[in-house]
Amino acid sequence: MSSERHILPGFKTSLGWSVTWLSLLVLLPLAALAGKTASGGWGHFWDTITNPEVVATYRVSFGIAFLAALINGVFGTLAAWVFARYNFTGRRLLEAATDLPFALPTAVAGIALTALYSPNEWLGKYLQPLGIKVAFAPAGVLIAMIFIGFPFVVRAVQPVIAELSADVEEAAACLGATRWQTIRKVVLPPLLPAIITGIVMSYGRAVGEYGSIVFISGNIPFKTEITPLMIIQKLEQYDYSGAAAIGVVMLAASLLIVLIGNKVEAWGNRFRKTP
Amino acid sequence: MASFIDFRDPPGSDRRADQPVRATAEPLWTRRIIIGIVLGFFALFLFLPLVVVFQGALAKGWTVLRDAFTNRDILHSIQVTLSVALIAVPANTAFGIAAAWAITRYRFAGRALLLALIDLPLWVSPVIGGLIYVLLYGRRGYFGPWLQAHDIRIIFAFPGMVLATTFVTFPFVARSLIPLMQTQGVEEEEAALTLGAGGFQILRRITLPKIKWGLFYGVILCNARAMGEFGAVSVVSAKISGKTNTMPLEIERLYNDYLFPQAFAVASALALLALITLVLKTLAEWENHRQLKGGREAELAPTIETRPAV
Repeated sequence: MSSERHILPGFKTSLGWSVTWLSLLVLLPLAALAGKTASGGWGHFWDTITNPEVVATYRVSFGIAFLAALINGVFGTLAAWVFARYNFTGRRLLEAATDLPFALPTAVAGIALTALYSPNEWLGKYLQPLGIKVAFAPAGVLIAMIFIGFPFVVRAVQPVIAELSADVEEAAACLGATRWQTIRKVVLPPLLPAIITGIVMSYGRAVGEYGSIVFISGNIPFKTEITPLMIIQKLEQYDYSGAAAIGVVMLAASLLIVLIGNKVEAWGNRFRKTP
Repeated sequence: MASFIDFRDPPGSDRRADQPVRATAEPLWTRRIIIGIVLGFFALFLFLPLVVVFQGALAKGWTVLRDAFTNRDILHSIQVTLSVALIAVPANTAFGIAAAWAITRYRFAGRALLLALIDLPLWVSPVIGGLIYVLLYGRRGYFGPWLQAHDIRIIFAFPGMVLATTFVTFPFVARSLIPLMQTQGVEEEEAALTLGAGGFQILRRITLPKIKWGLFYGVILCNARAMGEFGAVSVVSAKISGKTNTMPLEIERLYNDYLFPQAFAVASALALLALITLVLKTLAEWENHRQLKGGREAELAPTIETRPAV
């Protein structure tokens, strides 16, 4: 704590307000989460989080989210590449539209995706004869998770592509590398940390997502129920300590995902020219 | 510097196939395929859902749409959504400015922790944002008995919805201001101080004009999330149509009652808000860029992502 940094006035006011606000809004409620979890006892905690129906939701929330994040890794990187390197009519529109999943309320996305993939509807009627069930099936959860996590990869990768210097690619070409070899061995390696960071962030968002999924998933026990829904069910049964227990599990998982994302990003920043 | 070379072809110059291809660009057909894949992805995952919303709203004609927006319960949900945003957004704007000021102007113990806490709502499930308040103020929560004894309702009522919305939206303003104020530095503020300006004078006359586009950017994102929040609010709302339903909750109610045209009518209003948000956000990015041109580069933080600054 160096006092010389405190030249400008307002330190006590700004910090005081910030800390008060965060204490009331975050710290106190988080303490309640810890307290309620503990109040149920270890046995209740363990029974709740290992209940077969709850365990089945982990497979959906954490498993399908992983698949969605990988798919977003591929398409997000392609989109970032197109935005950074190609010029075509409508590029700016696409770039602005990338953030639509952030701006569109999740309930709106939820009913729109459900309508899109329900049998007898837009895309559903073409998928049904092929025996593909999307709405009210795990595939629907996947679609919603892809939608919600897509912008993260583009936003993580695009600035790094823009920073790549031309010389190394030119050097590779001069040395006789084909374009594909250059992409694979010269361009992709420095992008990899950013791509993984984007995948991890997109995963984190999909794991906790609720609104856009609950409509299209149909909430079938042991099949398409997601973990956040279990919290709501426990609250409806007034099992506060059970709800808090699942909340703690989700909080811990999210914290782990964020820490991994941070590590990958720090690792990637070491290779970037500008910090 | 080599990194400033623009790799893109100049607009309108679609290179013919028989012309030589630069060594640092993909062949024309490859580029077309990649652009095609990206366009397809955007059409399928981003544009089609939007089309479905507007088509669904208009499917039964204008009269149904008009009736929807004269329906008492739907109008009430709009009023609830606006009221919640009207409290949560200004409160979080004030908090965002205060937090960004404290974090970028001073070094102090616990600064990293403060930053991490500001990011928290971005990476936890919104449902947890509702859960924690139920555990505090719900009927069997810590303050539940006391609140009941004094006949104060927070959960399943308006105050709870404001609390949950405020929780999920408080990072936005702070997160768009912190990187901006960090790069802008404090020289002008310090100059104002030596000329005898007070704290609030500095804030109003020097800092706010410098950060106005970043602030605008944060506020519109905060507002979009506040009006559209579903997960957190659905935990703390009694979900009674005409009483405690926000627009997203009303969409759920209408949809579950198979009133699809009405559900999509409300959804189309929120989708329109999302589109306006995207336009204003892009505008703020451009204006901020223009304001900073010539000076030190400080791009707006790339939106809402959970890029923790720990």
